[in-house]
This record gives sequence, C-alpha cells and structure tokens, in this order.
Amino acid sequence: MTLTQEIVQKALEGVKDPEIPVLSVVHLGIVRDVHVEDNVVSLVLTPTFAGCPAIEMMKNDIERTCLDLGATSVQVTVMNRAEWTTNQITKEGIAALKSFGISPPPQTQDGEVELEDLLHAQCPQCNSTDTVLKNAFGPTACRAIYFCHSCHETFEQMKPL
Amino acid sequence: MSPEAIKDLLYRLADDKLILGHRHSEWIGMGPILEEDIAFASMAQDEVGHAQCYYQLLHELGEGHPDEVAFTRQTEAFRCCHLVELPSQDYAFSLVRHFLFDMADKVRLSHLRRSKYPHLAELATKLAREEKYHEMHAKTFLRQLSQANEDARARMQAALDEAYPMAFGIFEPTIFTETLSNQGIQPLEDALMKEWRTLVEPLLIEAGLTLPSTADFLDYFGGRSGRHTPHLAPLVAEMTEVFAIDPAAKW
Repeated sequence: MTLTQEIVQKALEGVKDPEIPVLSVVHLGIVRDVHVEDNVVSLVLTPTFAGCPAIEMMKNDIERTCLDLGATSVQVTVMNRAEWTTNQITKEGIAALKSFGISPPPQTQDGEVELEDLLHAQCPQCNSTDTVLKNAFGPTACRAIYFCHSCHETFEQMKPL
Repeated sequence: MSPEAIKDLLYRLADDKLILGHRHSEWIGMGPILEEDIAFASMAQDEVGHAQCYYQLLHELGEGHPDEVAFTRQTEAFRCCHLVELPSQDYAFSLVRHFLFDMADKVRLSHLRRSKYPHLAELATKLAREEKYHEMHAKTFLRQLSQANEDARARMQAALDEAYPMAFGIFEPTIFTETLSNQGIQPLEDALMKEWRTLVEPLLIEAGLTLPSTADFLDYFGGRSGRHTPHLAPLVAEMTEVFAIDPAAKW
C-alpha cells in the first residue's frame, strides 16, 4: 500500500495519550507537520507540558503505528520549545475528555491564562459551575483537582495552558 | 549573537531548574498535607522538564546530550545559584524559596519572551504559561500561612530572613551579562533584580512579613562561576548515583 498523509493521520487517531487513554495524540493537537513521501513518514511531536513524562511513550507508539501501516522509516522529532496550548485540542478531543470524566479546559485568549479563570470549572458529572479549585496540581502535570458543591463529587480538569 | 554568552545564560537557567526541581522532589511522600505533597511533586516535574528544554537548546548549540550534561558534570561545572542548593529544611523554607525563585523566573521569562534569540523566546513563551500555576500556588500559601497563627508567621519570617538575601544570588552578574543585554538576548541582571524587588516586596509586606536586611547579599554570590555551597556536592552525588552505575544503559 502506498501511504498518504490522510492514511497516516487517520491511523494516528488510534494512538492515545497514556495518561488519558481516550484522547488521541491527533485530537490532543500535539502532532504537527505530518509528511509522507515514498512510504517514509516524518512528523513533529510537541509536548503539552514541557516536563510531560509520557512523550517518549507516545513517540514510540507513533513510530510503531506507522511501521505497522507499512512505512519503511519513521522520523518523529520531539520539539520541546514549540508552542502548544489547550486551545489546540480538537472538538473530538474535548468530547473525549468529558466522556472520560475530566472537565475540558476552557478556551483562553491567545493561550494566556488568567489566574481568576481557574477558580471554577464545569463539573463533568452534573455540569454545575458551583465548583471550587482544591489543588492546581493533580495526578499529572496537566490536571487540576476541583470539588463540585452541587453533586458533591471531586473531579479533575485539564488545566488551561 | 555571541554563542558563548547564550550558553552561559542557558547553563544558569537549566542548572537552577534542575537543582530546584530535585529539591522540590524531596517532598514526595513527605509533604505536610497530601495536597502539598502532590503540588511539590508536580512542580518538581515541571522544573526538571524546563531544565531539559534548556539543556536541549544547549545541545543544539553543540553542547553534550541533555542526560550527559545533567548527570556527568562535576559540581564546579554547575552554574546554579546558592538559593536552589540549600536542603529543603522545613516546609516554610521550601515555600518561601519557591515564591522568591518563581517570581524571579516570572520576571525573567517575561523578558526572554521578547529575546532576540528566537529559540529562547519561543521556549520562554511556553514555560511562562506553566509557571503561572506555580505563581498562584506560591502566592496563595505565602498569604495564608503568613496570616495564620503566630507559630506559622514566625516560621515564615524565619524562612524569609534566611532565603531573601540569598535570593539576590539569582541575579549575580557574569562576564557575559552586558553582552547579553547589548545583543537583546536578555536585560541586565541588575535591572531584572530591581523589577523582581518591586514585585515581591509589596507582596511580602502585604502578607504581614518584615523585609529582612540584605546587607550581606554578596556572601551568596559565586554560584554563577562555579563556587557553590557545601550542599550541592551531596545533592549531585545522589542525583547521579543511578546514572553513574551504567552511563550507557538504555532506559
């Protein structure tokens, strides 16, 4: 089979963030510049938070996926300094987060987060915004912990960046 | 642009973050409350990640691989400031150090975002966004603990008395300071320090703390030229222990 950019892009939707296993790297918005020529694939991968420990795992998963598709070689360049903001998560990605029980990040103005924006998040269980930030640091670098006054559940939000 | 001046700056930025990240990580499993255990663990991860990004820029300028640079250098080759080297001691000291350092980081990154060295400007934009969460954490706890009971206030004041003059070492000039400024890579260290003071001093006073004397701040210079406190060598030995067993190991 001759690989095309569309085929590779589609297959990469099956590669998930290991810390949020319903969210693909494509919908997370961290795959850039996919280039396919003569079954040779190259692309750029941008970490979400600079210290994301899952980046190597995602890189390996992407390489394996492309090789399984029939690529003869795969070049994944991890670009630490490249910009990534939560605004780059796709509509599908936002829906996946919510279905997983994580409140999606609110859209930010040019990726600039104001501290006041963080105090309340929408509860993914009952949709209430009568919530309170308990800890800006959660189980992973990209998640914060909230409590919902309406349904009394603790939940996580993907931090806007 | 002078590559030597840029490397000097990048080593300072990277080493501060690597060592501070390591100190923050000492709270894992030891935090005074679970939330703070998680907060310091998460900030440690951020800081070590930021260090890796700076080491990566250095690698692009011809320096060694990030792992090699982080784990194989002798203590004298580090360019971190004394503030980040000190053991975490009690929670108040760690918190005050995190506040003073991260506010300095905020000031510096706000200028680096406009640096004439484009790779650094790009990276600073990314890192500044993450640091907002550190700032929020530091400010919240500084205010709350300084205004809690007398025991808490006294501990915060004692921590500030120790950490404040030492924090001036963040802004210790090097032989490249003027070159960096002339070439638009970053402002003079002295200018950054003044801006930092106008930011942190009102917050400290508002929290009810007394600004300590900084007469002896020069005692805390030296880190930028490789003259460190006795606390750095044991930290580096511990940090590199596993790597040193088999430097060629693939992880």
